[in-house]
Amino acid sequence: MQVTPELLIQVLLIGITNGAIIALVALGYTLVYGIVELINFAHGDVFMLGTMLSLTMVTWVPSLMGLRGAWLMPTPLLMALVLGTLILAMVFCGLLNVAIERFAYRRLRNAPRLAPLITAIGVSFILVNVGLHWKGASPVNFPDLLPNVNLLAGVLGLNTTVTFTLKDLLVILITVPLIVGLQLFVQRTRLGKAMRATAQDREAAQIMGIDINLTIALTFLLGGALAGAAGLAFGLYNNIAWFFQGFRNGLYAFTAAVMGGIGNVTGAALGGFVIGLLAAFSDFFFDPRWTQAVVFAVLILILVFRPTGLLGEKQAERA
Amino acid sequence: MAEHPVRFTPPGASPFGVLQTLLREARAQPKRAWFGVFLAVALVYPMLDRQVLGPWLGEHFLGSLNSTLILVMLALGLNIVVGYAGLLDLGYAAFFAIGGYTAAFLTSPQSPLPFRTDFWVAMPLSFLVAALFGVILGAPTLRLRGDYLAIVTLAFGEIVPRVFLNLETITHGSKGMNPIGRPHGPIPQLIDGSLQFGQVELLASDQEAWYYLIALTMALSVFLIVRLRHSRLGRAWMAMREDEIAAASMGIDLLRTKLLAFAMGASFSGFAGSIFAAMLQLIDPFQFDFSISIIVLSMIILGGMGNVYGVLVGGLVFGLFDRVFADRVTGWLHNLGTALNTPIASDFLKWVDLSGSKFMIFGLALVLLMLLRPEGLFPSAERKAEFHEAEEPTEAEPAEGAAAELQQRPAGGAQ
Repeated sequence: MQVTPELLIQVLLIGITNGAIIALVALGYTLVYGIVELINFAHGDVFMLGTMLSLTMVTWVPSLMGLRGAWLMPTPLLMALVLGTLILAMVFCGLLNVAIERFAYRRLRNAPRLAPLITAIGVSFILVNVGLHWKGASPVNFPDLLPNVNLLAGVLGLNTTVTFTLKDLLVILITVPLIVGLQLFVQRTRLGKAMRATAQDREAAQIMGIDINLTIALTFLLGGALAGAAGLAFGLYNNIAWFFQGFRNGLYAFTAAVMGGIGNVTGAALGGFVIGLLAAFSDFFFDPRWTQAVVFAVLILILVFRPTGLLGEKQAERA
Repeated sequence: MAEHPVRFTPPGASPFGVLQTLLREARAQPKRAWFGVFLAVALVYPMLDRQVLGPWLGEHFLGSLNSTLILVMLALGLNIVVGYAGLLDLGYAAFFAIGGYTAAFLTSPQSPLPFRTDFWVAMPLSFLVAALFGVILGAPTLRLRGDYLAIVTLAFGEIVPRVFLNLETITHGSKGMNPIGRPHGPIPQLIDGSLQFGQVELLASDQEAWYYLIALTMALSVFLIVRLRHSRLGRAWMAMREDEIAAASMGIDLLRTKLLAFAMGASFSGFAGSIFAAMLQLIDPFQFDFSISIIVLSMIILGGMGNVYGVLVGGLVFGLFDRVFADRVTGWLHNLGTALNTPIASDFLKWVDLSGSKFMIFGLALVLLMLLRPEGLFPSAERKAEFHEAEEPTEAEPAEGAAAELQQRPAGGAQ
């Protein structure tokens, strides 16, 4: 394959956009692991249900209006639909995650470590089955909402073959503010401080008057909401919804979280972009059939050689 | 035992007397009695299948039972890793695949190797190769903490089938390898109701013979595993599972002990893999996906981690539900719905689809078991105690009492 600068930029763009989606999911893993030291196996499937709900919204609302598809809606209405779907997916996935914590994980908080992990696998199976019944066994097309306009050549008039469409812009507009917003929330607000305190030492935090159950529920709410947004972004960007998408993407995101040092919020976001780029470069310059093996091999190598992640975090070493 | 002074009285001359003695023995040692019943049923079962259960459960029931038993054999191996040593392995199917492909490489005419062996050579070699890969994966990763290890094994379990899928020149990719060397030898066969021996090659249709081969391998595995459990190594595994630091301070080499658990666990799946490949006569990467790892793990959890007999029962229940009863029961419910012909109940019964909801049922089973009975249905005593540690009365109460006593003493009394 002829490697041109334009191809490189194109692959970079794809990697960054997919990386932003992975980063959103990775944040959920890292938040939850940071606070309850549980690999929330079901997180990838919460993300999958976010895509399913978004798909239902963007096909059902236009059909209510008697239209064949969302792209026929007038622009303001379309924008309202995207925004409404985003909020709905975030609320739905956030509450779902809180419910999972309440019913499946909370009772096992002091149990041997294997118990909640196995429960999480069980919850993951239940959610996968819900997805299977909701949209069937084969991948479903997620419709394009926006006209396929190339911003670089068409709007800015640049002389380039690199494509960057409205859709790509929309996905970045959804994901990046959320990633930045979460950073600010965790670092700057009182609730964020309570979350960090609980992650550091649950008992001491409780003595200082922090409501542990509420803080943990809030963490699951935030993680789930980000997964919901990632679910919509994933559907929009890849035009696909599949009941089993949560498994692979969940593992990618977990790899990203580990790469950034699990428990480290900034690290997870950066890790997401690194994994997105790695997958995109492997797809284009190596062989897409090997991408999954490459990412998982990277996961094993990081865990073996730098289990605290590339950025590192003292929390990761806590036994 | 003192209440049964007549235990060793010789049986009476009449058949009734024999029965009476047997019953008394059974009451004295219920566990052994159940085991005896289990063995007897296991031995005669294939002869009854065609006549008794076959028509009821479908013609292919014995075949489904055989593939279930192979999964149960995997569960026995995984039980060493998860149940005894307490290491969560989420990619166990990888070793199953390695065992199966080893058998295929050694015996299939499609193999790239310059030589061929027969099944009886390939089977122990699969055992060894799987153990070798257990060491290769374990050596760098067993230092990791429990949940990190789980993820590493999960990633390994995803990589291995993908490698077999992508290396098309060697493994024929998604088409798989076929045929694979069959077991041969003087195998007892039931022909027209009488037992005959002859130099035979096992065909896929010889379900009875496969059953006995699998059952024999399983009995051997159970024997080895039970002996292992009571050996020095087995006790080291359990000590390590309970408390790594305490175990290490008692002189147990943690890494070596974990590595042996990984290697031994993997090796039994090598057995299972070679039999699986030879029975199906076809091996492809899709037979070893994540769901196999999870089904085998669920078998252990359902049966009770760390207890071989619990794993056997849990494995059979879980596996047969997966392979046979999910479909069968759904059919029965639908028929019942048609027969009842009442408005709401019939619609509900016809709507139920257990085989389409297998994942949901497995998931619910895992969650409910962990919440309500984390030690599984038939746990080992140690494992049960471990999961209920938090509920036992701690020293907190007597300590508080002592503190209260101290406070009640006059202040000057302390000096």
